[in-house]
Amino acid sequence: MAKKPISFTHNGRETAVFAESGSNLLDMLRRVVGDLSPKYGCGQGTCGSCTVLIDGEPHLSCLTLAETVEGRNVETTGGLQRGPDLHPLQKAFMEGFSAQCGYCTPGMLMAAKALLDRNPRPTREEVIEAISGNLCRCTGYEPIVDAIMAASGQVSGRVA
Amino acid sequence: MMTVDTYDTLAEANRAMQDRSRFLGGGTLLMRAVNYGDQSFQRIVRVRDASMHEIRSEGGRILLGAGVTMSRIIASPDVAFLAPVARLIGGPAIRNMATVGGNLFADHPYGDMTVALLALNGRARMADGSEMDLEDLLNRRGSMRSIVSAVTVDRPTGDEFRFKKVSRTKPKGVALMSIAAWLPRPGGRLSGVRVAYGAMGPTPIRVRAVEQALEGGNLDASTVDAAARVAAEGLNLPDDALASAWYRREVAPVHLKRLLLGEGRR
Amino acid sequence: MSSIEFRKDLFADERDDNLNEIGKPTIRQDILGHVTGRSPFYDDHLFDGLLHMRCVRSPHHHARIRSIDFSAAQRMPGVVRIVEAKDVPHNLNTLLSLLNFGRDDEPLIAPKKVAYIGEPVLAIIAETERQARDAIAAVRVDWEVLPHVLDVVEALKPGAPSVNEVYPNNTFDYGPYDHQKLRFGDVERAFQEADHIVEGEYQMSPIEQAPMETAGAIAAPETNDRYVCYTSTQALFFSLGTTAKLMNMASSRLHFVGGTVGGGFGGKVDSIVEPMSVLGAMLTGRPVKFMWDREEEMQVGAPRGAERWRIKDGIARDGRIIARSFTGFFDAGAYIRLSSYAVQKGVGHLPGPYSIPNVAANVFMVFTNRTPATAMRGFGITGVDFAIECHMDKGAETVGMDPIEFRILNAYRDGDMKAHRRTAKNTALIESCQVAASKAGWRIAPDYAQMSSLVGGGVGDRAAIPETVTDRIGLIGERRRAEMPTEPYAGSSERGRVPAGTANEAIGAAAPQREDMQIDLARMGIRKPSAQPQPPQQQPHYQPASPVPPRPIPSATPPSAAASFTPAPPRSPAPPQQPAEPAASQPTPPQSQPASQPAGQPQPYQPERPFQRGVTRPGVSRFISGTRRR
Repeated sequence: MAKKPISFTHNGRETAVFAESGSNLLDMLRRVVGDLSPKYGCGQGTCGSCTVLIDGEPHLSCLTLAETVEGRNVETTGGLQRGPDLHPLQKAFMEGFSAQCGYCTPGMLMAAKALLDRNPRPTREEVIEAISGNLCRCTGYEPIVDAIMAASGQVSGRVA
Repeated sequence: MMTVDTYDTLAEANRAMQDRSRFLGGGTLLMRAVNYGDQSFQRIVRVRDASMHEIRSEGGRILLGAGVTMSRIIASPDVAFLAPVARLIGGPAIRNMATVGGNLFADHPYGDMTVALLALNGRARMADGSEMDLEDLLNRRGSMRSIVSAVTVDRPTGDEFRFKKVSRTKPKGVALMSIAAWLPRPGGRLSGVRVAYGAMGPTPIRVRAVEQALEGGNLDASTVDAAARVAAEGLNLPDDALASAWYRREVAPVHLKRLLLGEGRR
Repeated sequence: MSSIEFRKDLFADERDDNLNEIGKPTIRQDILGHVTGRSPFYDDHLFDGLLHMRCVRSPHHHARIRSIDFSAAQRMPGVVRIVEAKDVPHNLNTLLSLLNFGRDDEPLIAPKKVAYIGEPVLAIIAETERQARDAIAAVRVDWEVLPHVLDVVEALKPGAPSVNEVYPNNTFDYGPYDHQKLRFGDVERAFQEADHIVEGEYQMSPIEQAPMETAGAIAAPETNDRYVCYTSTQALFFSLGTTAKLMNMASSRLHFVGGTVGGGFGGKVDSIVEPMSVLGAMLTGRPVKFMWDREEEMQVGAPRGAERWRIKDGIARDGRIIARSFTGFFDAGAYIRLSSYAVQKGVGHLPGPYSIPNVAANVFMVFTNRTPATAMRGFGITGVDFAIECHMDKGAETVGMDPIEFRILNAYRDGDMKAHRRTAKNTALIESCQVAASKAGWRIAPDYAQMSSLVGGGVGDRAAIPETVTDRIGLIGERRRAEMPTEPYAGSSERGRVPAGTANEAIGAAAPQREDMQIDLARMGIRKPSAQPQPPQQQPHYQPASPVPPRPIPSATPPSAAASFTPAPPRSPAPPQQPAEPAASQPTPPQSQPASQPAGQPQPYQPERPFQRGVTRPGVSRFISGTRRR
């Protein structure tokens, strides 16, 4: 089986792996890199559980050919913390009861982070739009939207 | 076993396309097929050609590179008339990935951008430089091997161009029907009307019966009524999990009327 | 979390309001794992050399398997093992055989015929998922397509294709009948006396639970001759027991790890993925992952079963419902799974939270060639409640009453006799209606606003079991021979009469497997008032570190060693317990099987070897699996 070398930045760390030719980024992150935070929900781009950030923008890792991240910056939920300190979004989700089974949570957090990095004080409609590609079967979405609103304004905006 | 070959220019990639190869746009459709073990191809062809990502004017029309994503369309003032269409496709992540070129080859029920491009007199430019009407491409796309490098469309003014996507879930949902309408009224009367549907046939289609009903009339209730009466005429409507053919036939005139009389305006 | 309103004013004196945690918002103990991506779902465990297992599935609703040609697949790169039906050690089960309910009807891998689209007929294990998919695509199955039936009423007709070979009549057996009967009072007479008759038919489609995490399991050989299985199941012990049975292996050789479920909603109880993965690990000696992709989760994964209900009410002029008759159809799909039990749950719930003096129901569990149904969120009850509540609105409209007041009028109250001959207690429908009405700004008349579940119930006829009319229509097999009506009593004029006040014999619960498995209420701190004096008994004392004491044998032979406690005498008739002898210095297991039991007594289950808590060898962790990185 052909393996492709791929060098990229993973949650701020320079990483290089060999990934199977034709494999997707989700499998590469989970199985080769060992980052289990993005999840498989559908493999067809309809659920958002696999959402990661590539160069700051949300992408569906299950639909991303692994070798296309060569030289790029990939961020996952595993990298949200700063040392022991949780990201404001993580704290807001915890306090807001914004997860039950927890399976959609990594994807939701990445979609929310992409929003707040670009737009630190979104409207509620903008939050809903930002997570419109992420399905949740447990919470009914309101606690998630509330938590993102609560976390907004506490995240320093990213200079584009 | 899947192989992936990457080329620097589109011309090289085009020459490299063979049987059982597929060209990678944004991956939203191709990787889905890979994930589900699609047996019809075992080679992916990629390209690093920056010309695929251009948006520019060309002789009064707009050219969009086949690699332009929906997000890029939303962010580009030159194609502001397409932003409402792009916004209705997928969620934010999909929009960062899905491309104009990929949308041309999207199977039912996808292809909303193509519906819009079809109504905008879209023409496909191929990697070898030749051109093709979009309608032509859609009829032949099942057996094509050459790569699309760009699409050119007319540039609408005012509210000539309208688009509506009908889906059960919002804000993100697959269309059970989408409608694009190009309604030039140079002297007050409709002239050169083009109407296209998505998810109402095996590919996005021009709806000639509706176009003929509108052509030459004013954009008013009686003309629109005439068009609504033939909203689904001659169409081979799909029957699927999203909606039955009966349902599509019933709602097509309703949505068409709303679009033509102003509700689809953005 | 602050959006919950507590109505502690209701039933306040039935409750000690001194709880420190319950009823107060708190942070979920697992949410830190969820927001950091560290919650260990079954697939969040890495294994070197993990293999992937996928199935060849039926594209037909109903078909016989003439032959399967996997010769091409076998030679494909990365293919490690083909798994056929004959490789399953015990290839027939029903989920509730764990409770001894129903006959085994479903193979893990179909050997001879398939009864729903997606039923597996072969599995392939390969080095990568892609290679497994490629090999699956290369398998050729020669199908003999059979006629199929997809509608519950059609399936009951004499000519309908027989879906399930173990239940060839397309119905589950409930006693001697092909449906579950409920009879309480005399609905036929009450319908004649009623001022209004209201009928309705209600139907729901199957509903897919669609959890974000698809069902799956990873199994691997473990060092102490066990198999470890990480699973998404909601029902760890169901899955363990089912796997032990299908693999014909002692459950002590299985180490199941679960508890982190990416959404289940009832769809992860069927325990199909675990036996598949364990079978894979057994056959290959390597870690094997078996997972449903999203398409399989939606198509093959069991939904909430569709239900169809016909309800007929007889209502008096003043709005009291005096009779209610149900005909219900549960679409179980091709196999029983949990539908047999869903019917019984549903029937126990009838006629809903209302006191109706005459109730009858015929409820069918029907096999069709649809995906087998399973649990989901209150299954067995929610479908019929939807029908009942729609029907209540219809009844209110017919008699010209406010729909909430109509419900309050007919609501059950504490002390009322329910149709399945239990006394209602802790009823609260009236209060629920009143609170809902006030929240919705829906005005109800003052006397209804003041009614209470604690007042007016259990009085006179409300508390009594009436004389009940029975019928014997619908014995197993009759419906296959000639079309028959489905409604209660329809189809014959023979009637039986059960005298008023007859509660019916309780079906004896299964005899306890071992005497020392009786629950000792005193140990749990529960004191119940006893009508008769208790025989003297030693106070049990709990020794947390001691090995399990030997089982006291209720026979003439004195036990060879002493027990450290004596269980309380069981309430059901049983041979009197021997009081224990004073404790000896070292309890030892009984020397041999107990020689004699009084003749005619049911033999309790006796394992060949006494129970042991498991092996601990120094230096070996029980939690190390063969090759695991995390």
